[in-house]
Amino acid sequence: MIYAIDNISFAYDSGNILEGISIQLEKGYFYGILGPNGCGKTTFLDLLIRHKKPNSGSIMFSGTDLSKISRKQLARKIALVSQNFYINFPYTVREVVIMGRYPYISRFSSPSSKDLDRVDSIMEKTGVDLLSDNFITELSGGERQRVVFARALVQDTDVIILDEATSNLDIRHTIDLLDIVRKRVDQKKLTVISVFQDINLAARYCDRLIFLRNGTILAQGKTEEMINEDLIQKVFDVESEIRFEPLYNTSQVIFKRGAHAVL
Amino acid sequence: MVLGRCSAIVTQRIKKSLYRHTAWKLLLLLAVLSAAVIISTGMGYLKIGFHDVVNIIVSSVTGNSERIKDLEEVFRVVVMDVRLPRILCAVIVGAGLAVSGCVYQGILLNPLADPYTLGISAGAAFGASLAFLFFPEAGLYAIPCFAFSGAAVTLFVVVWLSSGKTFSRDGLSSNSLILSGIIVGSILSAGISFLKYIADEEVSVIIFWLMGSFASKTWTDVWILLMVVSMGFLIIYFYSRDLNVIALGGRMASTLGINTGRVTMILLITSSLVAAVCVSVSGIIGFVGLLVPHMIRSITGPDNTRLIPVSLVAGGILLVTADTITRAVLPVEVPIGVLTALIGGPFFCYVFRRNHLRNRGKQA
Repeated sequence: MIYAIDNISFAYDSGNILEGISIQLEKGYFYGILGPNGCGKTTFLDLLIRHKKPNSGSIMFSGTDLSKISRKQLARKIALVSQNFYINFPYTVREVVIMGRYPYISRFSSPSSKDLDRVDSIMEKTGVDLLSDNFITELSGGERQRVVFARALVQDTDVIILDEATSNLDIRHTIDLLDIVRKRVDQKKLTVISVFQDINLAARYCDRLIFLRNGTILAQGKTEEMINEDLIQKVFDVESEIRFEPLYNTSQVIFKRGAHAVL
Repeated sequence: MVLGRCSAIVTQRIKKSLYRHTAWKLLLLLAVLSAAVIISTGMGYLKIGFHDVVNIIVSSVTGNSERIKDLEEVFRVVVMDVRLPRILCAVIVGAGLAVSGCVYQGILLNPLADPYTLGISAGAAFGASLAFLFFPEAGLYAIPCFAFSGAAVTLFVVVWLSSGKTFSRDGLSSNSLILSGIIVGSILSAGISFLKYIADEEVSVIIFWLMGSFASKTWTDVWILLMVVSMGFLIIYFYSRDLNVIALGGRMASTLGINTGRVTMILLITSSLVAAVCVSVSGIIGFVGLLVPHMIRSITGPDNTRLIPVSLVAGGILLVTADTITRAVLPVEVPIGVLTALIGGPFFCYVFRRNHLRNRGKQA
């Protein structure tokens, strides 16, 4: 068990964002979190990485209370790839990727050759090695996203959290990135927790799906059981039709145009 | 087209090789700084040979008066009691303002921030104006004390305004900090104007202080500055790598092992105290905290572990040069704050415009 989450709630002054969430996340699975805008997906991830603390309830990480683990330890266990990432200073791409090794390098020493080997091999795998000397401020959104992804892989963690990590990427790079992650889940028992907008992409890559709506978990379970017309209607207010796609051996959702569009 | 591509690659190569060898650059700058101090000490109304300057300093430090037995006493007094305290104050204030500029730019994620963005200087100026107006007899110590308290209270108010769940969801966000700083700064500026208005005869003293000056600084000033700025520098340098990660954003920094809220707070308080002490000793000196990190970044790159030490030395060089110009080169002594703004302002406009055009060219 990687995460055991028991009845957590989180609220801003303006009102509750998450309420009474309980869920167990197991090691070696690819979890997809889906839900309409503003349902609390990003806040949920913030609680998982301890960027925010729940107002009530507990989060156990590998059997230890998450709030009791030192941040440095945690940085070796959990990595985050977020969306809309922007840096205002002209770091080179390689410098940014090296920052992913910081949890392993003490404050005043420079990266060891082992750290640098790790950095170079990941940069090659993610295809950002060609950008190595470019300034991060001068890259396109998609290129930057791949750099952030490389930085997270270099962290060598058991858990990777993706917050709409592919929303800036074209289809080629989306598939490449998710393939790399999927392979690590299968081969190295990595756990991935990812927020998706695209339900079909989630259906293709995830083992388990979690549907959030209005700050609570509406449904969760195996991907093939989660993809059905009723649930999608309930979560997203959209009518749809499910078709089986033999190529991937998964169901895919065809959305119908809304009643309003008929005008 | 091909030419442009080639030149881009060449400039990138040059930049990369410049980024390395920070230690050598630092040594070189330290040598320049020492030379600047010695040359500056020799310059002025009473010209003193550089050899004599070195001899006087060495004999004062070692306590061995053998070296300077042929020199007139007045030379020793001018060097040790008049010029050196002033020059060292300029060096340390320049260093302190530059380092706190680096920190503000790093925390506010904005290469255009400086110690003045958060209204810290306005707070110090307001405090000093109060002291001039209501405690004119309290002597030399009232002004730095009031200036420092003014800066500290301002920092507290600005942080309080910009923190809390309602105002920002991520603790201290850079936008709300900048906004709070501007609001508080404007209120304080109005307050200073009002104090000047009711000051009558004291108004010239206030105006003179506000323009900044190193004239008639003593060794006490030097020791206070040295203590605060070096302590501040050590704390800031300790967290300089964390500052790099904070540039990735608060969430990302959280997953790289950094307690963003705490580190931000420590750095903010430290750099504000450094800036406040500098301002309380020298008055308002603008553009050093803005300009130095901005220029040094193009030599060392944005990595704060290199940027901060190099800016420290460069800030000292810049301000001692500026002070020497007003003291010994210009026919009339111009307030140093005015000089740095008059030279730094247009230069900054040039740098800003050039970068702006270059970036636009890239996007097109």
